[in-house]
Amino acid sequence: MAILIFYIIIFVAAFYIVKIATSFTKSQDDFTSLKTVTFGDESAVSPNRAASIISVIAIFAIWAAFTGSKLIPIHVPGPFIGDLSFSYTAMNSSGETDDADVTITVYDVQTGVIPDVLEIEPGTGFALNDTAQIITYRSGLIKVQKNDVGGKDKDYKVVAVNGQEISPETEIFVDNARIYMTRKGTLSVTPEKGWQMQPVWLPSPETVWSRLVKVGSEGYKNFTLWEHLGWSLIRVIVGFLAGAIIGIPLGYAMGLSGWFRGWFDPIVEFMRPVPPLALIPLVIIWFGIGEQGKIILLFLASLWIMTISARAGVSGVKISKIHAAYSLGASKWQIMRLVIVPNSLPEIFTGARVSMGVCWGTVVAAELVAAQKGAGMMIINASKFQMTDLVIMGIVLIGVIGYAIDILMRISENYLVPWKGK
Amino acid sequence: MRFDLKNGSSVQALKDVSLDIDEGQIITVLGPSGCGKTTLLNIVAGFLAPTEGKVVLNDEVVQGPGAERGMVFQQGALFEWMNVRSNVAFGPRMKGMPKSEQEEKVKHLLEIVGLADFEDKAVYELSGGMQQRVALARCLANDPDVILMDEPLGALDALTREKMQGLVLKLWKETGKTIILITHSVEEAVLLGERLLVLAPRPGRIHKEYKLPFAEMGVNMDLREVKKSDGYTETRDEILSIIWEMEEEIMGRSEEN
Repeated sequence: MAILIFYIIIFVAAFYIVKIATSFTKSQDDFTSLKTVTFGDESAVSPNRAASIISVIAIFAIWAAFTGSKLIPIHVPGPFIGDLSFSYTAMNSSGETDDADVTITVYDVQTGVIPDVLEIEPGTGFALNDTAQIITYRSGLIKVQKNDVGGKDKDYKVVAVNGQEISPETEIFVDNARIYMTRKGTLSVTPEKGWQMQPVWLPSPETVWSRLVKVGSEGYKNFTLWEHLGWSLIRVIVGFLAGAIIGIPLGYAMGLSGWFRGWFDPIVEFMRPVPPLALIPLVIIWFGIGEQGKIILLFLASLWIMTISARAGVSGVKISKIHAAYSLGASKWQIMRLVIVPNSLPEIFTGARVSMGVCWGTVVAAELVAAQKGAGMMIINASKFQMTDLVIMGIVLIGVIGYAIDILMRISENYLVPWKGK
Repeated sequence: MRFDLKNGSSVQALKDVSLDIDEGQIITVLGPSGCGKTTLLNIVAGFLAPTEGKVVLNDEVVQGPGAERGMVFQQGALFEWMNVRSNVAFGPRMKGMPKSEQEEKVKHLLEIVGLADFEDKAVYELSGGMQQRVALARCLANDPDVILMDEPLGALDALTREKMQGLVLKLWKETGKTIILITHSVEEAVLLGERLLVLAPRPGRIHKEYKLPFAEMGVNMDLREVKKSDGYTETRDEILSIIWEMEEEIMGRSEEN
């Protein structure tokens, strides 16, 4: 909740700051900036690049601020580390009271340094001073009575902390800690946790980066990082190509012949809405968890998409183009090669883009279920060992690769079918 | 020509259309919407098989589409994936003409239609009028005996249209081709038609035929001058009123239903 409010504040603040900053620079007199009606005119809306940059920076900044990263100077309050102390008042069986101090060392176990136990004076009276150690984000039961004179008596009890009265199942707050008395009268001390995320929930950006460097150089589970990612990519490419090689001719056949369309329509229309993920169990039963099963799964994921896009490409041919080609003396084969195939390329490219996206998602999911190598296997395995930094690194890499695939497809689309949409 | 409909009834799209066309004639076909103009052209082109009767060209019965009958369509029949040159060279390439001859032919034709500098342009970079010039050149490249035009200037703006009408007449005279042009513009039909056929709907049939001098005049004269010449306005108004009557009749009939 705090993060969401924080994010909204950054969003609004950045908007006004950029607005004020750009109002000082000279505005351009291009066509769009002269439009007075922009609300509702989609063509006048172009992404504000400053907003994009700030958006990415804001995500990293919030991530860093809430994980105590060294990358930025400002953080939300972290957990309390150091010594905290409070006093308690105990009442013995004869109704006398005495005070003693408790000093607790709170330390961060992630650093690997365990502080020495504090040397303290026992103090005077029947209640004696205590020390304890608590790891950050944890709480500790402090049995302050244990070392007191007569502390094992049945009626011996703690009645106040820092002068405030306390009874079982109530809590009070002292500096840097919350103290709760259990039903049996023991004090449970929870040092201040702050607002930061524990590394096990969300590691800091530099931890993720150092994990990337480490896995990049040492590998993970018998395979290098590049082998993990490369295998996922190879599966996607092989599966997609297999789907395209079968799917595109099948789509053409369905677009050109009534028999083919009638025969395959029920199959295609039935298989299309079945999510590839739902096929994983069956594919594992039939083909096992090896490469064969994964490639068949990806083949099935891309096959229907490619078939439907090729069929749509054929149906999308303007009849006047076909008529024109016939009246120019073209044969059926020439019409296929010179008119139908090029005319369907834009549709096929759209299908290929969708299909690559689906395949990439499917391969990661399939590897989550069972694999010896692959991006999905890497993150599911890491999650079992609570290596959250590796999980996040894997997710980021999967996202980056998926995005890169889409950009590559778009570039090749612009290059190969420049007439698309014109 | 009769189509059977799915509900068991049938539509008589064309009936008893009999027509002799001499070589080198330019004929325009005019009629209210739904009178079977395009059906007639599709039959002549060989895209539709007539239920009765036949189309004969050079003593041969038309069985299907063929290179001796070229077609020019409304916009959108060019191949976007080819540049202007490849579009125009499409017909010769289908015939297996050698590359160098193709090149020469394309150059010559593009010069005629006034697009000499646009050989390497992509089709989608051209304006609508230019695209139709390419379509004309592509059709001519095949050297057909008859050129069939299905509202080729229908999608153009008025000014471009007038220029293109001049071009059509010029090409007609220079190449001596037989041209059948379908249009829904009365003005265009009167200007371009040596013979003008007015079709009547339901069933589609020839309602009236005109022999007009304006096409011949337009070859050497500005088309705007032609429009001022004797008889032009009268003919145009007469045909307009015929078409209007037919349109109103159609409207009335469908209202009764």
